[in-house]
This record gives sequence, structure tokens and C-alpha cells, in this order.
Amino acid sequence: MPTFLHEARLKHQNWLDILFRNVTRLSAFAVLALLVAIIASLLMGSLPAIKAFGSHFLVSAEWNPVSEQFGALVPIIGTLVTSCIALLIAIPVSFGIALFLTELSPRWLRRPLGIAIELLAGIPSIIYGMWGLFVFAPLFGDHIEPWITRLLGDQPLIGPLFSGPPMGIGVLTAGIILAIMVIPFIASVMRDVFEIVPTLLKESAYGLGATTWEVVWGVVVPYTRIGMVGGIMLGLGRALGETMAVTFVIGNAHELSASLLMPGNSISSALANEFNEAVGELYTSALVELGLILFFITFVVLSLARLMLHRLGRREGQAV
Amino acid sequence: MNRKFKQFIIGITAATALACANASQATDITGAGATFPYPIYAKWAEAYKAQTGVGLNYQSIGSGGGIKQITARTVDFGASDMPMKPEELDKGGLMQFPAVIGGVVLVVNIAGVEAGRLKLDGKTLADIFLGKITKWNDKDIVSLNPDVKLPGENITVVHRSDGSGTSFIFTNYLSKVSPDWKSAVGEGTAVSWKTGMGGKGNEGVASYVQRIKNSIGYVEYAYALQNKMNYVQLKNREGQFVKPDDNSFKAAAANASWEKAPGFYELLTDEPGKESWPITGATFILMHKVQEKPETAKAALKFFDWAFTSGGKMAADLDYVPLPEKLQQLIRAAWKDHIKDTGGKALWK
Repeated sequence: MPTFLHEARLKHQNWLDILFRNVTRLSAFAVLALLVAIIASLLMGSLPAIKAFGSHFLVSAEWNPVSEQFGALVPIIGTLVTSCIALLIAIPVSFGIALFLTELSPRWLRRPLGIAIELLAGIPSIIYGMWGLFVFAPLFGDHIEPWITRLLGDQPLIGPLFSGPPMGIGVLTAGIILAIMVIPFIASVMRDVFEIVPTLLKESAYGLGATTWEVVWGVVVPYTRIGMVGGIMLGLGRALGETMAVTFVIGNAHELSASLLMPGNSISSALANEFNEAVGELYTSALVELGLILFFITFVVLSLARLMLHRLGRREGQAV
Repeated sequence: MNRKFKQFIIGITAATALACANASQATDITGAGATFPYPIYAKWAEAYKAQTGVGLNYQSIGSGGGIKQITARTVDFGASDMPMKPEELDKGGLMQFPAVIGGVVLVVNIAGVEAGRLKLDGKTLADIFLGKITKWNDKDIVSLNPDVKLPGENITVVHRSDGSGTSFIFTNYLSKVSPDWKSAVGEGTAVSWKTGMGGKGNEGVASYVQRIKNSIGYVEYAYALQNKMNYVQLKNREGQFVKPDDNSFKAAAANASWEKAPGFYELLTDEPGKESWPITGATFILMHKVQEKPETAKAALKFFDWAFTSGGKMAADLDYVPLPEKLQQLIRAAWKDHIKDTGGKALWK
């Protein structure tokens, strides 16, 4: 009775399939449940602050634990500005690194350079913070900031951004440290996507007489646009949430200042600094609401990235 | 193979369970709270364990955390740099007593100014931290320091970015000496600073001041000493300029009127006395008045009694000031009066 045996085995396997499907489904839903639970607990924790301050919380720069008046404007701006500075520096540098590694570098140099970048990505953020505070900030404050102020401080429009005493610690320093931290992430993703560009395409372009420059802009970049945006978003995600390195060098001051050289605060460093010793319901709740805002910002950034990728993909379909 | 492995697992589990049971049998004392006294509590704990076999497990999670933990009864004692007000103590069924005394020191980084040369008074200090005085050669600072050459540079103020008992002692002093400070900022473990930047922890403030030119900050005495920082002399209540050291902290502690302070709610800032350092503060221990576990409570009291009697030198070695003899007697009397078991029997005799 070979068929019977066969059926029994099939049944048995069928049962295993069902079990396996349900286990994987459970794991997938567990992530969703966790996400919902985190949002719910953040919302619950920040309820007293939401009730007390309402939408005023988002636009007020006041942060006074004594009179229990809280506003999130300074940390929100700090988080956004430091991340913007980081990306402004990191995107071109990473692009250059990835391009060099895949298109221009001699073969023997590719591996050591690639490994060095991956090692940079593995350094814990507190090391970057300490290096920033002990090595970079003094150098930056003594030599580069006075020069920046001299050069740009009196310019119209951007002058106020670069004025103030050179302390080496502030929003700009935090942005630069963040840039150094996210460069390895963006660069290694970009390198990986540049590598998957089919040689056939590139060779054809070269065959038609295109220069390296033309191949990069005409073939490599259009082919890898989606992957590049993904890498940048990965870097942005890290920059938005980075805590320890920023705490070390941003100056941790709840003050609104036009100058990038002055101390500021970011959402995550405010949380790291103050959560332990926050006394009173409203203070704790205001900090939790800060966490909720960071969650929301990250969510919006990720959604925007998705939207952008979606539209890029559609346009590619319509063209040609 | 499989069976052997199973036996191995069972063996490990049993051994761990036994070890845990053993550990919980000894009446180890647990405490949590302030970070400022952590070094001395750790040193006392080590010496006490060597002598008596009773261990102390102290977690320096911060004063706010200490108050939360003792209120939730997860530890035998809480520790806070900021004393609780008598009415708050009553609400929580708690009593508190000071454990050790320390000083908050102002440190500066000004090129050409030697350690201990700069002199400030309370009002000038408050104005600097309010951002009203912005240059080192401001006339208010110069008139206090006719013999010091001060640069015309901007002052960078460094304060704590985290909530801290050190900030509380410092802002409490400024509130006492400057009505402007009291109305604009007030006192607390975290306040709304009007100028400057925040460093995380004493070490954060110390490293900012060391790295930023023309800066001023406040740290615990031990940090100023260990980092060999340039400290400032302060004018005390009697109009005398004093240096921060053991003697001036001791003077402040001795001149405090502990007897008259209900629940030992006494802040040692701006104390009278010619030699008193104006920004002195005690760090406090919090315990429940009604003890459900009288044995561990008794063990905790014994530990502090031992620390007061024989831990003075260790405290001095770590740049803290031990409590004056008179104050120790007051504390022991308070234990007798306030700490009882559930039947109302005093735990300390």
C-alpha cells in the first residue's frame, strides 16, 4: 500500500506546514502588537502633559521644571537641525566613498577600504561622543570655529547662523559628529547598490563612448536611485535617534539660539539627561511626550521616504 | 548524549537555586539613590562587609530615583541629596537623616588667573548665572578682585544638564542670596537655566569647564580636587572670603541648627560663622517609619551607626565631611523615636 503511506506522510507534512505558517504569522503579528503597545504606553504616559499644555507644547521654547512649564520647541529644532547638518555633510561624502570604491579604486584597495568603513559603522556611539568632546570639540573650537565666524559671521542672511563665541560645543559640532557616525552606514549601502549595477549596462555605455562621469550620472545613479534613498533614510534614522554622542557635544541647553555655534538640545539627549531625575508627574509626562514626538518624526520621515520611492518607481515605469 | 545534557542542565539549575537561596538568607541591606555619596557608601560597605559579613547593595540611580524606590518599598533605604520637606515625609510615612556632608565648589577656566585667586560674592555669582554679567572684566567682578588681571572675554556658564542634588544645593544658595535669582529661576534639582550650557554629571561639568576657555561651573568638591581645577573663593554671610576645604565645610555643618529642624530638613547653604563655606550640603537617607521587615531595618541602622562611629576617616579620605558628634547623637535619638516595627516597638535602643 504505497499510496496510503504516501498520504499519511502528506498529512503529516500538511500539519507541519500549518504549524509553521502560524508560528511565522504569530511572530509577524507580535511586531505589530509591540508597536501598538509602545505607541499606547507613550500616549498614556504623555496624557497629563498633553492635557496641561495641548498643542502649545510644540511651539513653546520654555522648559522650566520649577514652575512646571514645558515646551518642546528647542529639542525638536535641535533634533531636526543636527540631523539636517549630518545629512548635508554625509550624503556627498558617502556618495564619493561609494563611487570611488566601486568605479575608480584599484582592485587591491577595495577590500581594505571597505572593511575600514564597516568597522567605522561598528564603533559604539559613546566612543564617538567621547572622541567628539575630548578631541574634536577643542580642535574645532580653537581653530575652525573662529575661522568660520570670521568668514561667514558678517554675511547677510546666514551671518547669524555662524556668530557667537567659539566654544567648540554646540549644534554644529553635534551635526558634524552625527555626520561622521552616519557616513559609514550610507556609504556601505551605496557601495552595495552601486555594485549590483549590471556590468553589461556600464560596458555598453562605455562602448558607446561615454566617459566615466557620464556612466556614473547616466547609468549608475539612475539605476540605483531607490537603493541610495534607502541608504540615506537609514542614516537619517540613526541621526534622528542618536543619543549619547549628541549629549556629549550639543551643550544640553534649553535655549533657542539662531547661531549653530551655540549650545542647544535634542529630543533624545534631553531624555537621556533628565529622565532619571525627573520628579513629579508633569515633568515625567512632558519627557514621555518628547519621546512620542520623536517617534512621530521618525514615522513621518519613513513614510515620506516610502512615498518618494513609490513615486520614483512609478516615474521609471512611465518614462522610456 | 542527550540524557547527559539533561542531567547537566538539571544540575546547573539546582546549583543556581541553592546559591540564590543562600544569598537571600544573609540579611543584605539594599539601598538606592543619590550618586554624589556613592563612593563613600561603597567604601563603607566594603569595610563593613569585611568586619561583619553583612553586605550593602547600593545602586546610585540618582536622588529622584531613590525617593521613588523607597516610596515603592523596593529598597531598605533611599538616598537623596535634596532633603524631603517634613510634610512630604509625613505623607510617605518616611523619616530622614543626614549621612555625610560635602561642598559645592565653583570652578573657572580663565587664562592667567591662578587657582583660588578669583573672589566672588553671592550676588555677583547669581548675576553671572542669570546672564546679567557677561564679561570677566565686568565692574562688579573687578571691584571684588582689584589685584587680579581679568580678561575682557565673554563668560561661558556651565551647569548640570541632568537633574541633580548638586544643582539643588547650588540653586538653593543662589535663591537665598539673590532675590532676582529667586524670582527668575528658583531652586530645584533641575531648573530653567538662563544662560550657558549643560554637562551631564559632575564629570560632564568638570570636563566642559576644563575645555572651554573663560568658563565657570559648579561641581562637588571631590571632583574639583581630583581634577585639580581652579576653584573660586566665596564671600560668606559674615562678609569673609573663604576657601572651599574640609574646615570651611565643617564650620558650616557645625553652625547649622539641626535641633530646630524638624525631620532634619536643614540646608547648609549660607550658614552663619566666619569660616563657613556658603554652599555646603548634606546628603540624606530616607527610611520608612513603620518597618515590615524589622530585621533588615535594624541591620541598616546598625550599618549607619557603624559608619558614623568608625567611618569618619574613610569619609575624610574621599573628601567628604563626617557628621559632627552632636548631630550623630541627634540622629540616633531620632531613630529611637521614629523607626518602629509593625507592633509599634522601637527598633533602635
